[in-house]
Amino acid sequence: MHGYANPARFLKLARPATAWLLAVGALLLLGGVYGGLAVTPPDYLQGETVRILYIHVPAAWLGMAGWASIAAASISQLVWRHPLAAVAGRAVAPTGATFAALCLATGSIWGRPTWGTWWEWDGRLTSMLILLFLYLGYIALASAERERGGEGRMAALFGLVGAVNLPIIHYSVLWWRTLHQGQSISITQGSTIAPELLWPLPLTMVGFTAIFAAAVLMLMRADLARTRLEARLRRSAAE
Amino acid sequence: MNQWAFVTAAYGLAALVTLGLVAWAYLSMRKAEADVEAVKRRS
Repeated sequence: MHGYANPARFLKLARPATAWLLAVGALLLLGGVYGGLAVTPPDYLQGETVRILYIHVPAAWLGMAGWASIAAASISQLVWRHPLAAVAGRAVAPTGATFAALCLATGSIWGRPTWGTWWEWDGRLTSMLILLFLYLGYIALASAERERGGEGRMAALFGLVGAVNLPIIHYSVLWWRTLHQGQSISITQGSTIAPELLWPLPLTMVGFTAIFAAAVLMLMRADLARTRLEARLRRSAAE
Repeated sequence: MNQWAFVTAAYGLAALVTLGLVAWAYLSMRKAEADVEAVKRRS
């Protein structure tokens, strides 16, 4: 990681990676969405609404993975003072917040025909809503620190403390068995979803992840360019 | 209740949000990098 601590070296890698991630992400999403909408059969219980799975699950995964990335960047910043850690945190936050919001919205749309309600103060739904609020708090704090010329240490601490919510989201369906269904896919126990319904999900998971990574790289490039611009303007003013 | 209406709404929203995110990130990057180039050319 420290090999890319130099922003110039990072940019050299990020430029081609952005285009590749966008292209691969778009192709996988097209394949996954086509499979999910046109090829897979309806579920015997939920009917056609099961198709929302292919966008809801990746959005939930990216909402949580985004905060895990912020926590990793926070450790990197607080322990090793990695020069790109705060930049990465600021870029991941709006991207992760977007997917957390998308997860809540698509879950609500799925809930209406399945549960008969748009919203319920269920453990999983509420902890996901808290994650969205944590993102908004992080964005406000990180922006304020950047404007004041700070290193972003307060935002990094907030990012670490907020990670407490991630296991709560994950285990919420076990701790509070209310409305949201339990875990359907597990690394150790496999999947309870029929294979003919499951196959488009890896495509949309990887596709959305690639788009997420591309958006983060573009926002990091924008942040680094703004830093370069501010440095140049300060030098010009001093001369 | 037409189930396809909910499916369409969810996919439409996902497409709008994803395209909006990518467009916003791309335009932010292009604008910031163009601003740096403009200042470089001036100095």
